Amino acid sequence: MDIVTPGIGLIFWTALLFALVLVVLRKFAYNPILQTVKAREDSIREALSSSSKAKDEVEVLKKEIEEMKQTARAEREIILKEAKDSASKIMTESQDSARKEYERIVASAQEDIRNEKKAALAEVKNQVAKFSVEIAEKLLRKELSDEDYQKKLINELLDETKLN
Amino acid sequence: MIETENLMKHPKNMKHKCLKTNILLLVFFLFSPLLLSASDSDSSSEAFNPTDMIVHHIKDDYGWHLFDYHGEGGEEHSVSISLPIILYTYEEGNLGNGSLDVFMSNDFHHGEHDVEKGDNTYRLDHGHITELGGKHILDFSVTKNVASMMVSVVLLFLIFFSVAGAYKKRGAVEPKGLQSVLEPIILFIRDDIAIPNIGEKKYAKFLPFLITLFFFIWINNLLGLLPTGANLSGNIAFTMTLAIFTLLITNISGTKNYWSHLFWTPGVPLPLRLIVLPVELLGIFTKPFALTVRLFANITAGHIIVLSLISFIFVFKQMFVGVIVGPVVIAMTMFELFVAIFQAYIFTLLSALFIGLALEDDHH
Repeated sequence: MDIVTPGIGLIFWTALLFALVLVVLRKFAYNPILQTVKAREDSIREALSSSSKAKDEVEVLKKEIEEMKQTARAEREIILKEAKDSASKIMTESQDSARKEYERIVASAQEDIRNEKKAALAEVKNQVAKFSVEIAEKLLRKELSDEDYQKKLINELLDETKLN
Repeated sequence: MIETENLMKHPKNMKHKCLKTNILLLVFFLFSPLLLSASDSDSSSEAFNPTDMIVHHIKDDYGWHLFDYHGEGGEEHSVSISLPIILYTYEEGNLGNGSLDVFMSNDFHHGEHDVEKGDNTYRLDHGHITELGGKHILDFSVTKNVASMMVSVVLLFLIFFSVAGAYKKRGAVEPKGLQSVLEPIILFIRDDIAIPNIGEKKYAKFLPFLITLFFFIWINNLLGLLPTGANLSGNIAFTMTLAIFTLLITNISGTKNYWSHLFWTPGVPLPLRLIVLPVELLGIFTKPFALTVRLFANITAGHIIVLSLISFIFVFKQMFVGVIVGPVVIAMTMFELFVAIFQAYIFTLLSALFIGLALEDDHH
């Protein structure tokens, strides 16, 4: 019972009670506590790794979406370009055919006009010739009664003819 | 603290009286000017003796003394809890044929009565039980220290069962209430004491021992700080027993490498090995001895300091002394609260270290 001489009673009780606490708490307290803590740590680790995995997946998906957008954009570009090209081609073609048609119409119109003109001129010539003959007939009828005059006329006509 | 540690280092040479004188000297050494000046007034009427008071407080007792009061006639009454006394009494050289006697501590009436049990008559004299027929006694009594330890065991069971229940009930979710008090400590013991010292692979086997050690010491340190509390963790039998647990676990789990280093240190010339061998053998026992003395001396010293400070008030019987001493005692008690957990940590850490050293594999 003295301060620096250990008493056997307290040694006995300390050993007994410490061993009791150790055995009982190991079985009924530490194991559930440590197991639960470990389970929690595992689940946290798992959650962290799966979240980082999910993050990676999202990253991959984002990349894919970006790529798809890129292709879509490129395709749109191509389609627009093709459309523009075909539009301008159609435009050019139709302009060309319109010009040709116009030229053809103009050409045929000119042809007609020329023919009409020829016909008209021929008509006019015929008319003129007819009128001339009629005039000449009338004149001849009248003038043939006067000989001097006939001669003079003949001369005049001859002169004119020479002028022609 | 250093003073006490030096005092306690050679327990075998110490006898009861010698120690009393030493503690008296220690108290004188610390407070000599004050005590000397106070001695004149003390000689009058009922002198207050700080040494007796302090030694009585740090020593174990058969009953649990709570307080004294003075009756109407001025007579002093002492209120204490009676505890069971368990004695195994045997004749010299006849250990196997003794008798087991059990009675309560208040049967002694503070040493005024002898207790007769069969052929044996027991007398309580200055805290010692003797058999008047000169028989030998093995004393397994539930003393104040043992009772305090039982209280601590009940508290530990209550705390840990409620926490373990919470873990079972709530599962692997965030800790709550008492869980969040114990969990960081348990994880600290696991992650900062057990794993670094013993190693990731082998620590699990020793973790329950280390956790128990830590909480057992801590709670008993704390109970010892309560008023009328027992000085259990400042008792050398208690600290020695715990250190013996560490000693046994260390040496039972020691690897081949540990023992070969111990008995036949490699890489040392032959003549030197013969010198190293006894040193190493001694080392087996000095490690737990250091554990024993460290805890015992720190806790006892803390108690002595606090009690000495309080003694000032009763020595001087002056108001201003109380005004000065009060805050100092509070500060000291705060420090003792820190020492309580710190010494539990040190004991656990060093136990883990010793176990780790014994488990070390060859890595030369």
